[in-house]
Amino acid sequence: MSGKQKKMLVRILLCAVIFTAAACIPLPPSMRLVAFLVPYGIIGWDILWKALRNIAHGQIFDENFLMALATIGAFAIGEFPEGVAVMLFYQIGELFQDYAVGRSRRSISSLMDIRPDYANVERCGKIEQVDPEEVNVGDCIVIRPGEKIPMDGVVLEGVSSVNTAALTGESLPRDVEAGDDVISGCINQNGLLRVRVTKSFGESTVSKILDLVENSTARKAKAENFITKFARYYTPAVVILALLLALVPSLFLGNWWEWIHRALIFLVISCPCALVISVPLSFFGGIGGASRCGILIKGGNYLETLADTEIVVFDKTGTLTKGVFNVTAIHPDACSENELIELAALAECYSNHPISRSLREAYGKDLDFSRVGETKEFAGRGVCTVVDGKNVCAGNDTLMDEIGVSWHPCHHIGTTVHIAVNGSYMGHVVISDEEKPDAGEAISLLKSQGIQKTVMLTGDAADVGQSVAKNLGVDEVYTQLLPGGKVQEVERLLEEKTSKGKLAFVGDGINDAPVLSRADIGIAMGAMGSDAAIEAADIVLMDDKPSKIPQAIRISRKTRKIVRQNIVFALVVKAAVLLLGALGLANMWEAVFADVGVSVLAILNAMRALKIQE
Amino acid sequence: MFSMKKVYKLEDLDCANCARKMEEAVQKLDGVEDVSISFLTQKMTITADDARFDDIMKKVAKTCRKIEPDCKILFS
Repeated sequence: MSGKQKKMLVRILLCAVIFTAAACIPLPPSMRLVAFLVPYGIIGWDILWKALRNIAHGQIFDENFLMALATIGAFAIGEFPEGVAVMLFYQIGELFQDYAVGRSRRSISSLMDIRPDYANVERCGKIEQVDPEEVNVGDCIVIRPGEKIPMDGVVLEGVSSVNTAALTGESLPRDVEAGDDVISGCINQNGLLRVRVTKSFGESTVSKILDLVENSTARKAKAENFITKFARYYTPAVVILALLLALVPSLFLGNWWEWIHRALIFLVISCPCALVISVPLSFFGGIGGASRCGILIKGGNYLETLADTEIVVFDKTGTLTKGVFNVTAIHPDACSENELIELAALAECYSNHPISRSLREAYGKDLDFSRVGETKEFAGRGVCTVVDGKNVCAGNDTLMDEIGVSWHPCHHIGTTVHIAVNGSYMGHVVISDEEKPDAGEAISLLKSQGIQKTVMLTGDAADVGQSVAKNLGVDEVYTQLLPGGKVQEVERLLEEKTSKGKLAFVGDGINDAPVLSRADIGIAMGAMGSDAAIEAADIVLMDDKPSKIPQAIRISRKTRKIVRQNIVFALVVKAAVLLLGALGLANMWEAVFADVGVSVLAILNAMRALKIQE
Repeated sequence: MFSMKKVYKLEDLDCANCARKMEEAVQKLDGVEDVSISFLTQKMTITADDARFDDIMKKVAKTCRKIEPDCKILFS
């Protein structure tokens, strides 16, 4: 509890004691007013002061003013205990509300407790502890076991495992050694690491994530905008109704005091606070909880939209598959397997293409580059070169046709590299990308969540794309698409869906920025350290697990449910008390409950959005 | 017109409805393109005309003071 809150607690207790005494001890009528004014002054002076000050500024629909008016009104019509009690309960409610909001604010920020406090920099042979903001790019920092990695960088020395749970929600630590990149915000678990800093603190992953989550409240969801609009009209409307209630029935029926009393009840519940606090709090809680699992959501609007997802469109390579190519089959026709892979590796030894790299990896031994002569690369087809004085060509079907070598297709699905020596066919090597282990599970979870259609788009060959789609259970697949073609497919799918449903596109954020922005919701994955992905997408997955997508949808639906509950609950209670108040069936006590009690309950409910079950 | 976007911390912003009212009033000021005041993060994100930014911020501060005199915009 803060100092301010403690002071208020003392005032509340003091007021409660004097109030109870004044209510229990029989007093002469002249003393009664004074006896109740004392506790009223103790509990309400700041409200009265604020009311006066804000009226001077022309704020007539100010809560303080309306609360002051309602309680002074109660005194004026002789309902002293009610005047004090309403002020007392109002302040208790406000205190509760303040405390609950403070608590939730803290628990959300503790979820994002990834900001490093210091960095150990090596300067002039000594190690100094400094603020991460003072560390420059190129500096060397030392991270001891148990410390938080303060900056993004490259490991120079040391072997350790780092815990990325705070960023990705992944509990399995990652092993790092010299040459590996490390990301700020992770915890160094067991070894001493020396790291060369590659990004200033402002540019580091930690700063980017914190910025993104903290600024997410600036992008408001539709429900929040609805509440803002509602709040704009609610207070004036209730005040006008109160005025009418005080005047109109009295003109016909008389009994002025009774109608004024009823009107005062209206003033007590004229604040839309319950909604104005709890709805943004629910979204903030949902975003905070999601970030704990490594799902960064850029705004309440995206969290809200995600709940209506009808179609999920995936990119293939790097999203549903690992994006790492492996040799999966070696089929020699006229030599041994070893000879064939050696030839392929030698032929492709100068190329940086992922396929060439996978061939070299599959060969596994060191290559003698001097055996390779002049090399010609044919983009999109393969290479022709000279190995040990023989003409070697390695490439796809088209290349074989061009050099006039007869080849035969392979029953394995994947990218086939044929190898020919001096114009005769030696055999082929098949290379394929691996599906991510949780990709199939992600697709089936999405279906069980009622997602109507899953679609996969790929630039890859038809047989490769179709086999991946079939394995994973994706409903539709479109292959051999150029980047522009992906946009067209997404546009067609956007027209196909119902007007209420939304389309989410999931990609790795590197070269699908146009598609990410065209979809209703763009989700980029594998964003650890990738600025491009963080920029382009609406939702960013820190690790590259497709199973985070059903989880994100679950969080968004839960948040939406909580928001709806709060809106309905607050409106129903307020409407009921207004109605009962007008009919003379509710008193001011119940009205205070409708005001602050509902706020507190709605805040407690909103806090549920923060809790994420696995 | 070039516009600039800035985020300011707010101190002693105690009431959510005041935050909403401040947001509404600031939005109406001349030169303010967009503003969002978050009661939860106690921050104001404002986009306004770059050339007149300082003048606009003075008006913003005055408007906020009128609605919630206790709340201060931290300009550091």
